[in-house]
Amino acid sequence: MIRTIASTYVVLPIDNIDTDIIIPARFLKVTGKAGLGRHLFANWRYAEDGSPRPEFVINRPEAAAARVLVAGDNFGCGSSREHAPWALADFGFRAVVSTSFASIFRNNCLKNGILPIAVEPAFHKKMVAAAGAPAASGPPPTVSIDLETRTITLADGTGATFPIEPFPRYCLLNGLDELSFLLQQEEAIGAYEKRVAGR
Amino acid sequence: MPRTLFDTIWDAHLVRPESDDTPAVLYVDLHLVHEVTSPQAFAMLRERGRKVRRPERTVATMDHSTPTTPRGADGRIPVTDPEAAAQIAQLETNCRDFGIPLHALGSERQGIVHVIGPELGLTRPGMTIVCGDSHTSTHGAFGALAFGIGTTEVAHVLMTQCLLQSRPSTLLIRAEGRLHPGVTAKDLILGIIAKIGVGGGTGHVIEYAGPAIRALSMEERMTVCNMSIEAGARAGMIAPDDTTFEYLAGRPHAPQGKGWDRALADWRRLATDDGAAHDRAVTIDASRLEPMITYGTNPGMAVPIRGEVPPSDGEASMERALGYMGLRPGQRLLGHPIDVVFIGSCTNARLSDLRQAASVLRGRKVAANVRLLVVPGSQSVKRQAEAEGLDRVFREAGGEWREAGCSMCIAMNGDQIRPGQYAVSTSNRNFEGRQGQGGRTFLASPLTAAASAVAGGIADARELLE
Repeated sequence: MIRTIASTYVVLPIDNIDTDIIIPARFLKVTGKAGLGRHLFANWRYAEDGSPRPEFVINRPEAAAARVLVAGDNFGCGSSREHAPWALADFGFRAVVSTSFASIFRNNCLKNGILPIAVEPAFHKKMVAAAGAPAASGPPPTVSIDLETRTITLADGTGATFPIEPFPRYCLLNGLDELSFLLQQEEAIGAYEKRVAGR
Repeated sequence: MPRTLFDTIWDAHLVRPESDDTPAVLYVDLHLVHEVTSPQAFAMLRERGRKVRRPERTVATMDHSTPTTPRGADGRIPVTDPEAAAQIAQLETNCRDFGIPLHALGSERQGIVHVIGPELGLTRPGMTIVCGDSHTSTHGAFGALAFGIGTTEVAHVLMTQCLLQSRPSTLLIRAEGRLHPGVTAKDLILGIIAKIGVGGGTGHVIEYAGPAIRALSMEERMTVCNMSIEAGARAGMIAPDDTTFEYLAGRPHAPQGKGWDRALADWRRLATDDGAAHDRAVTIDASRLEPMITYGTNPGMAVPIRGEVPPSDGEASMERALGYMGLRPGQRLLGHPIDVVFIGSCTNARLSDLRQAASVLRGRKVAANVRLLVVPGSQSVKRQAEAEGLDRVFREAGGEWREAGCSMCIAMNGDQIRPGQYAVSTSNRNFEGRQGQGGRTFLASPLTAAASAVAGGIADARELLE
C-alpha cells in the first residue's frame, strides 16, 4: 500500500538509463527475487575489483535513507526484466522521477509498489539543481509525493501533478493485487474462449 | 469506421473492454516462456495453488542462460555454470509440473524463443503473442500483435491467459523506395531508430508499411520488427501478404488442408483499412539509406558506415557514451579496430543472415586479431546451415560455429567480450556492458559484421561484394 512518500532523494540525471545498467544480465541467473538490491547499477556502482565507488550516487551516505530516485529521460529502456524494479525496491526506492519512462519498465514498477513519476522538464531540472553538484555538502533535498492527489511537492512548496492510470493507482492506494481483478474475470474469459472456438 | 491492423487485432481479443476505472482484459493466443523470466512467475502459481489455464497455448524453450559450447561425447550440451544449470532445471520442473510443452536445451526444436516461434509456425497472423522478453516484437512481422511483458504479467497470463492492458497509440512508419544492394533490413531499422530516437516509439505500436517493407522477406521483416522495442515501441507489426503465407505453408504448427484455406481467408483480411488513421506517421526513404553502424551506447546512436561520429550535443548522456566507447566527435568509424565479431541473436541469426555473412566470408580469412563467433538462432537453423555447408565456410575462415542460443547478445552464458574490447555485433543492444562488463559494441548487419571480421576493423561490405 502506498499513499504518501516523504523522503530525501538522490539524482542520477543521465538520459536513457537502460535495464542493463539498472541490473546487468549476469545477475538474472536467479530463480527468486530477494537480495537483488546489491546488484542495482552494479556496473556503475562497483569498481572492477568489486569494491564500491564511493562517489557513485547510491553509494553516498545520503542514499541510504532516500526513497526517491531522480533519473534522466526515458528511464528503464531496454529489456522486460522485472529484476530492474525488484532491484530498485530491494535497495529501498519507492518512487523514480523522470521526464519519461519506457513502457514495460513502467508497467513492471507499478506491479512492484514503485511509483514511476513523470514530470515536466522544468520541474525535473529544478529537482536535479536542488541536489547540487555530486560533491555538494549540506542536507540532501526532500520531496513529498501524494498518490491520492497525484502530486509531487518540493521543499520550497513547488508542486506538480503526475499521470497515473486509475486502476494501478486504486490498487496501490488500497494495497490490492492487480491479479485479483483478473481472476474475477473467469466467467468472461470462459465466454470469450467459447465464442472464439465457435467462430 | 475504418480500422488499423492494430485496432482489428486488439478488438478481436478483448475479453472485456477498457472502462474509466479499469484496463482492458486482453486475451493471449500464444505465450512463449524461457528460463530467465519465468521462475518467479511459476512460484506465484504455486503460492496460490493455481494451474496454467491453457498449457496448450504456452510453449517453453531455453535460450538466454544456456551455453553455446560444443556437445560432449554423449551428444548433450554441458552446462557448467551452476546458476544457469539451476535455472534450466527449474524450467524443466515447471514445464513438467504444469504440463507445458518444452523444447529443452539441445533438443531438435530448441532455439532463441523468437526464432523458433516463427519457424515452427506457432506465430501466425492476427494472433496476440506475449513473452517475458522485450524482443517479442519480432513476431509482429507476421501481422500479429506481439509484445514483451514482465514476470508478474507472465504469471497473470499463465493463470488466466489474459493481460490487463491500456490501449496504446499507433505509429505508422512508411518506408518508401527500395533498399540498395548491400543495404539490409538491419540497416533499415537502425536508420529508422536513428531518425525517431530511442524513445520515439514509446507508448505506440508501430505499423511498418510501404514498398520497401513489402519487398522484404519474412526473415528480414522479423529483423525490422525485432528492434521496434529499441525505439521504445510497445510492438511492431507488418500486415501479412503472400510473402507471409508462403513462409507459413507447411510449418509444423501451421493449419493444414481445409483449416489452411479457412485461415488464409481470415489472414487476407488483416490489413489497415483505407482511410484508417494512425495517431502519428513518419516516412523514411529506404533508397537513401546506407549500411548503418552505431557509435554510442544506445541503438539510436547510429550513422552511415562511411560517416563520422556526430558532434556532441553537450548533454551528459552523449559525453558519457562517447567516453565509454573511446570515440570523439568527427572521428571516422571505417577502419576502427575491433577484437570480436558476433553474428547471432533474435535480430540476425536466421538462415538468410548466416547466408549473407557466409557470402562475405567464403574463401576469406578472419583477421588474426579478431575472434569471430557465429551462433545460429535455433537448432533448426543450425541443421539447415550445416546442410548448406555454411558451418564449413565460417570454420575455414577461422570463426567459431556454436550451438543455438542468445549467447553474446545478452552475455549471461559465458559468451562475452572482455573489458575495453570492441565488438561488431549483429545483435540489438549496444548498451554499456551489454555484451560483457566494459565491452564496447558496434551494432551492424551480418554483411558489415562479416566484412569487419575479415578487415580486422569496421568495414563496408559493399567493397567485398563487388
